[in-house]
Amino acid sequence: MRKKELRVVVSFRTTTQAIAMEEAGKAAGLSGRLIPVPRQITADCGLAWSEPVQGREELEQQLSERKLGYDQIVELVI
Amino acid sequence: MIYLDSAATSLHRPREVIRAVCEAMEQLGNPGRGAYEASLQAARTVFRARTELSRLFGMKDPSRVVFTANVTEALNLAISSLFGAGSHVITTCLEHNSVLRPLYRQEARGASLTILPCDEKGRLRYDLLEQAVGPQTKGIVCTHASNLTGNLVDIRRIGQFCREHGLLFVVDAAQTAGIFPIDMEKDKIDVLCFTGHKGLLGPQGTGGLCVREGIDLESLCVGGSGVQSYRKDQPPQMPEHLEAGTVNVHGIAGLLAAVKWLEHTGVPEIHRREAELMQRFYQRIRQIEGVTVYGDLEDTPPENRAPVTALNIGTLSSDEVCDELAQEYGIAVRGGAHCAPLMHQALGTEEQGAVRFSFSYFNTEEEIDCAVRAVREIAAAETETPV
Repeated sequence: MRKKELRVVVSFRTTTQAIAMEEAGKAAGLSGRLIPVPRQITADCGLAWSEPVQGREELEQQLSERKLGYDQIVELVI
Repeated sequence: MIYLDSAATSLHRPREVIRAVCEAMEQLGNPGRGAYEASLQAARTVFRARTELSRLFGMKDPSRVVFTANVTEALNLAISSLFGAGSHVITTCLEHNSVLRPLYRQEARGASLTILPCDEKGRLRYDLLEQAVGPQTKGIVCTHASNLTGNLVDIRRIGQFCREHGLLFVVDAAQTAGIFPIDMEKDKIDVLCFTGHKGLLGPQGTGGLCVREGIDLESLCVGGSGVQSYRKDQPPQMPEHLEAGTVNVHGIAGLLAAVKWLEHTGVPEIHRREAELMQRFYQRIRQIEGVTVYGDLEDTPPENRAPVTALNIGTLSSDEVCDELAQEYGIAVRGGAHCAPLMHQALGTEEQGAVRFSFSYFNTEEEIDCAVRAVREIAAAETETPV
């Protein structure tokens, strides 16, 4: 298994929201990626965006500027 | 074969569409069912298709583009959600059964219906619109173009009327999406229903609806969504709210390629070309003895019509003419009732049906001339036949 590290994680209510985040994140040069939504957030299915914690400010800026829909933002060791 | 039945489906499609479907079948997983590359790539494809379609139809939010199997499913979804018992709905005699039957079903469930008539050339009687509105009227459902005559409905005018009277506006764009510019904002459309396999040049099994912000629809079916799995009901967020189960990713990949091709080629250019071919056909058959043409071709510029010409030859059954065209000339057109019963009643062609020639960007002048020759020969034989 990969070594766990602190990440900032954004969860979404729909796949559409997750892919919209991915498009925005790639365009903005964020280094994160989509992952299965961690069990610490929900046992539901779905996707989440995982970003190094240093990128949190830029990530939140993207969510706000592009009015991207999401469920919650949390920091997790995953 | 000379294919002149594009109003039924676009047999000739860009190579890019076929390639995209094949690649999708080889490479794409189930969208929203995993974070591995094949699943993500499927989700990206579907998302890009939503984005392209929302741009094509002048809608800001791609999440309000919902995929269905066809325009019929989209219309059923919209009509059954919006027009329940007690509501009054206005529609037109130009409609296809994909509009009429869902409305008749709602009528049986307690809704009421007013059907606007047309004149002898199949043109909608806009002058009767105002008096059709009553206190219970909730909305108007209408086609953008008759699938039988090609006559266009002025959706911007009706959209404005709906906005002024506080009515919902549902448009059936089966015959016009990809051929005419449609703008949800400017045309003031609340729900736009489209099919992917006609003017949009995508695969069969694709279609959908664009739902304006603030309009809530109830899904026809509920089930897997890939998100919020422990809810007992369908997730309330769009588009998953209206898309239970796996969408047709392979078809949607083809539709995405088709819409990109349309944007590259230009919808106005496609429309110009199809109108040109329709006009070439009409100008050459209109004077043939025994040929009756239906619709407003004489009074309306070809660019203001869907690329369709419906006709009959003498008293010949339209199906018989179609069979003759197919067997003797290799020309594929549609005959019969065209799933538009009220339009046939209005034109007086219930018994005979009509022979519909419909044109595509990919048809050639030679094909049109060949069809003209065939009509001329069948008409000549019919007029010469002793009674």
